[in-house]
Amino acid sequence: MKTIADRLIEDEGLRRGVGRLTPEKIQKVFKELVAGECGARMKTYMETCVRCGMCAKACHYYMSHKDPSYTPVAKVSQTMWRLFDADGKVDPEVIYQCAQVAYTECNLCRRCIHYCPLGIDTGYIISVVRRLCHKLGVTPQYIQDTAHSHSATMNQMWVKDDEWPDTLQWQEEESREEFPGLRIPLDVEGADFMYSVIAPEPKFRTQLIYQAAAIFHAAGVSWTMPSTPGWDNSNMAMFSGDSEIMARVERAHYETAQRLRVKRIVMGECGHAFRAVYDVANRWLGWKYHPVPVVHSVEFFWELIQQGRIKLTHKYADPVTIHDPCNIIRGRGLMDKLREVVHFLCENVVEMSPNREHNYCCCAGGGVINCGPPFKNVRIVGNSIKAEQLKATGVHTLVAPCHNCHGGLEDIISKFGLNMHTKFLGDLIYELMEKPE
Amino acid sequence: MHALYDLAVGPLAWLAFAVFILGSIYRLMSMRALALKKDAAFVAYISWPHAIRSLLHWVTPFGALGWRENPGVTIVTFLFHICLFVAPLFLMGHIVLFDTFHGWSWPALPDGVADTLSIVVVAACAYFLWRRLSVPEVRFVTRSHDWLVLALVGATFLTGVLAYHRIGDNLFMTTLHVLCGEAMLVAIPFTRLSHMLFGFFSRGYIASEFGSVRFAKDW
Amino acid sequence: MVAALEGPAFTMAVNGEAWETTFDKAWYPRFSPDGRLTVLVQADGDWTLAVDDVAWEEQYGYVWNTMFSASGDIIAACIQQDGEYGFSIDGTPWETLFENANQPVFSKAGNAAAAVVQVKSLAQADIATFQEGIFSVAVNGEAWDSIFVNCWNPVFDPAGKNVAATIRRSLYDYSVAVNGKAWTGSYACAWAPAFNPATGAVAAPVRKAGAWGMAIDDAMAWEPRFGQLWQQAFSPDGSKLAAIACTRFGEFTVAVDGTPWGVSFPVVTDLTPSPAGARFAALASEHNTNFAVLCDGKVWDGRYDMAYAPVWSADGAHLALAVEKAGRQTIVVNGKAYPQSFDKCYAPAFSPDGKLVLIRALAGGKCHRIVAPVTAFTG
Repeated sequence: MKTIADRLIEDEGLRRGVGRLTPEKIQKVFKELVAGECGARMKTYMETCVRCGMCAKACHYYMSHKDPSYTPVAKVSQTMWRLFDADGKVDPEVIYQCAQVAYTECNLCRRCIHYCPLGIDTGYIISVVRRLCHKLGVTPQYIQDTAHSHSATMNQMWVKDDEWPDTLQWQEEESREEFPGLRIPLDVEGADFMYSVIAPEPKFRTQLIYQAAAIFHAAGVSWTMPSTPGWDNSNMAMFSGDSEIMARVERAHYETAQRLRVKRIVMGECGHAFRAVYDVANRWLGWKYHPVPVVHSVEFFWELIQQGRIKLTHKYADPVTIHDPCNIIRGRGLMDKLREVVHFLCENVVEMSPNREHNYCCCAGGGVINCGPPFKNVRIVGNSIKAEQLKATGVHTLVAPCHNCHGGLEDIISKFGLNMHTKFLGDLIYELMEKPE
Repeated sequence: MHALYDLAVGPLAWLAFAVFILGSIYRLMSMRALALKKDAAFVAYISWPHAIRSLLHWVTPFGALGWRENPGVTIVTFLFHICLFVAPLFLMGHIVLFDTFHGWSWPALPDGVADTLSIVVVAACAYFLWRRLSVPEVRFVTRSHDWLVLALVGATFLTGVLAYHRIGDNLFMTTLHVLCGEAMLVAIPFTRLSHMLFGFFSRGYIASEFGSVRFAKDW
Repeated sequence: MVAALEGPAFTMAVNGEAWETTFDKAWYPRFSPDGRLTVLVQADGDWTLAVDDVAWEEQYGYVWNTMFSASGDIIAACIQQDGEYGFSIDGTPWETLFENANQPVFSKAGNAAAAVVQVKSLAQADIATFQEGIFSVAVNGEAWDSIFVNCWNPVFDPAGKNVAATIRRSLYDYSVAVNGKAWTGSYACAWAPAFNPATGAVAAPVRKAGAWGMAIDDAMAWEPRFGQLWQQAFSPDGSKLAAIACTRFGEFTVAVDGTPWGVSFPVVTDLTPSPAGARFAALASEHNTNFAVLCDGKVWDGRYDMAYAPVWSADGAHLALAVEKAGRQTIVVNGKAYPQSFDKCYAPAFSPDGKLVLIRALAGGKCHRIVAPVTAFTG
């Protein structure tokens, strides 16, 4: 049977990393990691998995390849079991393989939790493999570069301190041509919410900031954005395994909101960022609950609609389907609110199957898309099941309220010739809403 | 052989039950201590209502996505586990032993029913054996440990069935059955069979995370 | 306020009177401590800072983050010129600018500005060069000799003579550097350092063996036993060191000289030492609501929807802060509220003798400035 060893992909970061390792060094770091950071969860999962193989069908990689080495349990078998079996004393090449499995063949989407009777959290196990790879310095080049950016700038894309306010002012200026009274309020102490985004928005997708400002303007809400670092809610350090940088980024984000004395944080349409802010980094920082409540755009738009703050000129006529992003559905249960928002906006919604908590991942999340060009094909070919699922809906518009999902789905749509286009909720609301004079 | 049988149903049985019970308590308590010490940021979210709600789905055949998507495994798994517990606990032969040694007694299943249940367990083991050999995603992750635990369970029930049907030397078969059963009991706290101890907690934990933090179902 | 004029032009209006100069853009209006009004302005595509209707002569690609010396006599701002970064102090830019500069700080004395600076170029996705180190700290435009993988949170001592910063020597080796000299101690993580104002010692929270402790001058002073430890602050006489500490997952308090207060809350913020008397105050909250005030280990009775940073009287006898309840704000002194409430309260200030409190507030569209004796707070 084929294994990860039969499909290795050259990556500068991984190759350079393993070049500096010896079995002894790997063992030392592995043992320190297990003693220092692994507890009852890892021990239980390692010991009780009965290798029944039921989780196979959970994984989009397996469903796309039908190759047993892609099942969730096979990924654990080719990484963590192997390490435990050898007490961590493995050849550096094994770490290369572990890294490729952990960073590029698992999206940490947690779908397999719906398949394992014992509730084994494969995503957690793979995260620990990534943590080990980080500690060994064996991380894919592009995601590592992103983690470096987080550490140096507190944002994902090396956006410098002047570029951020400059971009917001530019977007404000642009939007004032359409909405003369519009403001993008910077550093307003005591506003109802701080709006935070991911760094690709000011870098490449400024229209998303424009649209959000237009929607907030039309809805007449009290909001602000910080002019200082702490504005980026994304967090690739979480996925590269650098927990310390993950925590530093999130601390800056939360403390910015605390300094602005806002009631809560509203986050743009991003899934992994939500996971970092809502579920992961707060724990490392010692906060059981969030020091400032965190609301994803889907929920915020739902509130605006409930309060009658968004009025439409018309509904979107073409049929649409809904992609449920893992990190806000399995990660936050927003499936009903997402549907209510989409039904409010669109005439005709065609559900894909399976959906809601059981939806297939976009295959871009969990940091996989951030591993860059060398692994692009892994996540596209590895998700033909998604292409089939999309095709079966027969519609041409796909609503996906998550940046990574957009990236992943667009690649799949183009590769499999699906004749679909993806939309954020913000795109639809902006297009359909009554715009103030 | 008689001496061995006496040893098996006497001191060895005591030993097996002691190891099983004390070992299980030790494993559970030490795992709890480890969780409190090392997993504080996760234990903090345990929510029994969410755990119980999820467990009710998972102990119902086809009550969870994983069960529905794997119907064959589901049917066999439920039959296997039910029979695995019911057959030995309510087998007249076992109750008689307890009555003889301890004076404990409880209602027994008719022998024919208990026999059928035991045969179901053996058949289920054969099914699991077949899966391990020929289903690629199972074979890929099967290790010697998995063969061992399957063999322990399979041998215990197979020898039980053979002894009941008086196939082979009865004393030998019965002695072998008792020894296998004891080995299985001893193995429970210390092998993959410990999913019997920890499975409800690992499911309950992730159900708590899904229920109380992520507001999503985990079945 | 920033006033919009006819067409795309902006100026400042102070007490209803507009400045003479107009600008294409204006933002970040701030009063200096000595009462001058500053604003960041753009004219003809270039940015600069305007102070009381007079713009700095030098113009830059971008200007942001106006900062003042404690007395307000010196003004600093971050600048970007032709893709290089640094400071402009009273309109004079640093002699050397850098490929990047962030986390700017300005000393209280106004004699020094510092920032984390990038001293080597980095090509796209060049992870190797990054890990060899490309960052340092520049003080008044001059970078330290030492280079690190990362530098964070540079801080000055009160005289502006010394700078300390958190550093990362490799992806895994955190420590502290003072004036460019790194501690020998290596930690799994570290947060921002702080100077002892009396002795010049440097304290920083550091993580070792999975727990946080406090290192002072490269030696462990508080044994690592906390789930978190940050925002440490010395009393101005240097006699006591306090920090926000996590004693159990989800439970925060303040630890003074390593000993936690007996009360804990889900979140603790705004740790503030008194100018005299070595006392400490902080805010506590749950989910950003139900704010309480902690003062020397005691919890005040009041609970608020929001609370703002506390302010001590000079003698450390009284503590005041702005709070919000049901959408109305007021000032609380020593746990007692002012009888009147407002739409918005700004930070209160004490008279030098600590007997009077200045309330600055907005209500019904009007500014209120009320000087109230400490005894007037009875609510």
